[in-house]
Formats: sequence, C-alpha cells, structure tokens
Amino acid sequence: MTETRTLPTRYVTHPGELKTSSGRSLRTDEMIINMGPQHPSTHGVLRLEVVLDGEIVVDVIPHIGYLHRCFEKHAEHMTNYQQVIPYCDRMDYLSSMNNDWAYALAVERMMKIEVPPRVETIRVIMAELQRIASHLIAVGTYGIDMGAFTPFLWAFRDRERILDLFEMTCGARLLYNYIWIGGLSHDLPPGFVDKAKAFCTYFKPNIKELNDLLSYNEIFVKRTANVGVLPADVGINYGVSGPTLRGSGVNWDLRRDDPYGIYDKFEWEVQVGKGERGTLGDCWDRYIVRVREMEESVRIIEQALAVLPEGNVQAAIPKRIRPDSAEIYVRTETARGELGFYVVSDGTASPYRLKARAPAFVNLSVLPEISRGCMLADLVAIVGSVDIVLGEVDR
Amino acid sequence: MTAEEIYKSLSAKFGEAIVESKLDAPQPFLVLDPKRMKEVSLFLRDDEALQFDFCSCVSGVDYNNGKLGAIYHLASMVHKHKIVLKAFCTRENPHIQSVATVWGGADWHEREAYDLLGIIFDEHPDLRRILLPYDWEGYPLRKDYKVPEFYNGMKVPY
Repeated sequence: MTETRTLPTRYVTHPGELKTSSGRSLRTDEMIINMGPQHPSTHGVLRLEVVLDGEIVVDVIPHIGYLHRCFEKHAEHMTNYQQVIPYCDRMDYLSSMNNDWAYALAVERMMKIEVPPRVETIRVIMAELQRIASHLIAVGTYGIDMGAFTPFLWAFRDRERILDLFEMTCGARLLYNYIWIGGLSHDLPPGFVDKAKAFCTYFKPNIKELNDLLSYNEIFVKRTANVGVLPADVGINYGVSGPTLRGSGVNWDLRRDDPYGIYDKFEWEVQVGKGERGTLGDCWDRYIVRVREMEESVRIIEQALAVLPEGNVQAAIPKRIRPDSAEIYVRTETARGELGFYVVSDGTASPYRLKARAPAFVNLSVLPEISRGCMLADLVAIVGSVDIVLGEVDR
Repeated sequence: MTAEEIYKSLSAKFGEAIVESKLDAPQPFLVLDPKRMKEVSLFLRDDEALQFDFCSCVSGVDYNNGKLGAIYHLASMVHKHKIVLKAFCTRENPHIQSVATVWGGADWHEREAYDLLGIIFDEHPDLRRILLPYDWEGYPLRKDYKVPEFYNGMKVPY
C-alpha cells in the first residue's frame, strides 16, 4: 500500500513572488481569480485561471479535463469497431449525429465501403438537423450569457421539434447511435419526411424572429461587437475551425473544401463574418455566422428531402469489421468545426489507436490569445462566442 | 502540390532531416528527424509554394515495440494540399522537438500527447498535463500502462 502523499502546492507563494500555473510571475497589483469550474457562463466544467489588473484581463489560463472520460483509451479496448459509436455520441453531446458520421466515415474510407445513396441523403438530413439544434443552443445560451433570457426559451422550443424528429427516428433524444458503419441503424419511420418538411416551414420565420429579438438588439450588439476580436491569421495558426473561424471572414468549410457525403449536390453558401456591427472577427460576427448557418442548413434539408431516394439503409459490409493494417485521418465539419478522427488499425477487430481531434478543444486554445486586455465581464462574452462543449474538449 | 513535389522540395533543402518517405500510401507521409522538426516546419509554413498554415491534428501513438510517435496532420488552406509528418522516439528517451511556436494549434495537442503518452516535446513553451490531474503518475495510452491501485492514497475502486 502506498502512503498518503501531500498534494503539491498549486501556486508558489514566496513573498513578493506569486506565479500562475503556467509559470508567469505576477506583479504586485495583479491578482488571480478562478472563474469556474462551477460558473454558469463557462458552459460546463471549465476553469479559467484569470490574471487580473483591476478589471482588465492580463492573462487567461484554461484548465480542462474535469470531464475526461478516457474516450481514446476506451476505444482501444472495445471488442469491435461498431462499439465505439456510442462513445462518439458522448463526446460532443449537442451534435452526436455529426460525431457518429465522422467516425463511421473514417472506418468506411479505411475499408473502402460505399454506402447506398439513401444512406448518404439521410445522413445529410440528420447532420443538418443536428447542426440547427446545436446552433440553437449556442445562440440561446449566448443570449443568457448576455442577460437575455427569452431567446433561450425560444431556441429550446424550436430545438424540441428537432429532438422529436430524432426521437421518432431512433428512439433517443440526445445520444442516438443512429449512424453506423456502412449505413444506419434503422430506416426513417413513416411520416418523417412530412414532419421534417413541416419543421422547415415552421422554423424559417423563427430565425427572423430571433434576429429581431436578439441579433440586432442594441444592448446585445453593444455587448458583443468589437469584443474578443480574432484576426484571421491568428485563427488559422491556432487551428481554429467552424463558425469561430468563419466569423473572422475566412471562407472555409470542410463540407465544401474537403468534400464528404453528398453536400456537393445541394445549393448552399458558406457564411462568413463581415464585420457589420464592429470589427471583423468579433463576438457578434461569430454569433451571426451561426444564425445564418441555420438558414443554410434549412436550405440543405429541404433539398435533401426533395430528392430522398428509396433503397437499402445498410451497405453490404463484412460481419466482423477488420480493416487491414492501415491508418487514416478523416475530417468533417460539425457544428463547432473540424472534427477529425485519426484511426490506426493493426488488422484486429478494434482500433489500435483512435485519436479524436475535437474542434472545441482546439477552438478553446485560442481563448488566451483573444481575451488578453479585455474587461472581465467581456470574458463571459468571448467564452460564449467560441461555443465550447466541454464533453468534447475533455473527451 | 502533390506529395512527391512536397517531398522533393523538402529533401532538396533539408536532406538528411527527412528520414523516410512513403508517398504511395493513401495519405502520404514523411518521417522527420525528431531533433529538426522546427526548422522543417517553419519552411513548410512559410514557403510560398507550400504554405501549410493549418495544423489539423497532432496524435501520439505507442507502437508497442519500444517506439513512440507523434503524427502531424497538416493542411494548406491556400493551396488545399495535405501532408502527414511523423517523428519517432523511443520509450526510454521520448524527446521530440516541439512545433508549438510554429503552429499555435499544435500547443495543446502536444500537451495532450505528453499527458497521455509521455512524449516530451523539447522547447515547448508550457508543457504541463492537460487532461489528467497534474499529480497523475504514468501515461495511460502507453500500451504497457497498468491502472494504478491507488491515487493519492485513495484506493481506486476496481
């Protein structure tokens, strides 16, 4: 039995020398405040070690890992590739469909499995519905961060409709296990297409409503415009992706630039920030990109529903999935950005190594860079605008 | 640029720093000297024809033969080409030069590889554990990892 050890001291506190956990020495007029892990505006269990000079943020050191569930270790110990999918659901629990698709796609590309056209179309429909649901939460909770409660309730009201659609498809409302390797777990239930079409008709005016209520609201714009400006070159260098990067005016979307699925068959546009209300790449730009992406997603869903082919929902795949000894990195665009899976196979029935490149993990790493010099209250706006999901950051 | 051209332009400039190349793989990769990662990466990022401005992912892998590897997936947003870099080290001497100052995105990924596989990235600005508690012992994703019985004197329940 090992002895009980004393915990190492977090801060080195010699008189006149206080250090942050990254080793930065503090001046006498600076102080450290911990924001989180139980702070509502951190959207989960994130601890920000904030170095303050009065109200001004001098430095931010994010501490993550409170929700670490050893996804990669678990994946190595599964008995087959299919079993990893429920774990993917639980990474970014707000866009589970997109996660499942990314992983399934990686294994399919590795084994050169072609999926039937019906599967491709249903996957696009599901992924875009999921994107809307996820953006609704991002936009709604961002409203709460800024002190607006009503948009949050409205967003959840609309999201509920999407969850109902998912529930009638696969029985689950949050963690679906729906997109499988080589296909789907079930076909669409009868009546799904009509209900999905009805949702699109119902939802489109609500985006306008949301814009009137929140997006162009003077108080909201004052809180978010010119705050937390992320220059495009810094974003690219940090590997930031998704709406967070597009908010900085970078026209980059993996659905178009590294094609997968059948997105090239539909007409839609990549939305980028334009600096309409302030500086290019500020919090408002990142926010409005999400709102406009919801409109684009509705467009894609409507087109996909119109061309939904009949057919099988499971490709002919071997009963035991054993890719040859190989490795592959596949990236897809989820609601938060580039979700990549690096799969190393050694010819056995479970992955030898599976690394998930989570978009929120990388997007969060740019936070210190964009929040230095802002006010403490603006830090809440910046964290909200990056739209992190801690389940994915910590995996 | 194709992987072949990328390899040619790199080997012309750096010669022996490119240890190995596999250009016919589905995702072509180059194996680099772990001590010369930074200079090659800087060239990859800044050269006009290459412009690998986006470091997608850094993954640590334990190959279970005493060898550890860091795999860098790079992409260029300008030219839309991709390349994979690999650097290998041994379990006994797990040192690879860090590229966190070249691509900011590599910073946290390298910390993660250090945290879970114990690869020490030399010249990394802030190499601390990131996902596990700071007083965790051992590197869980190594293939010879044993789950500890005790954590800080507390018995782990299984």
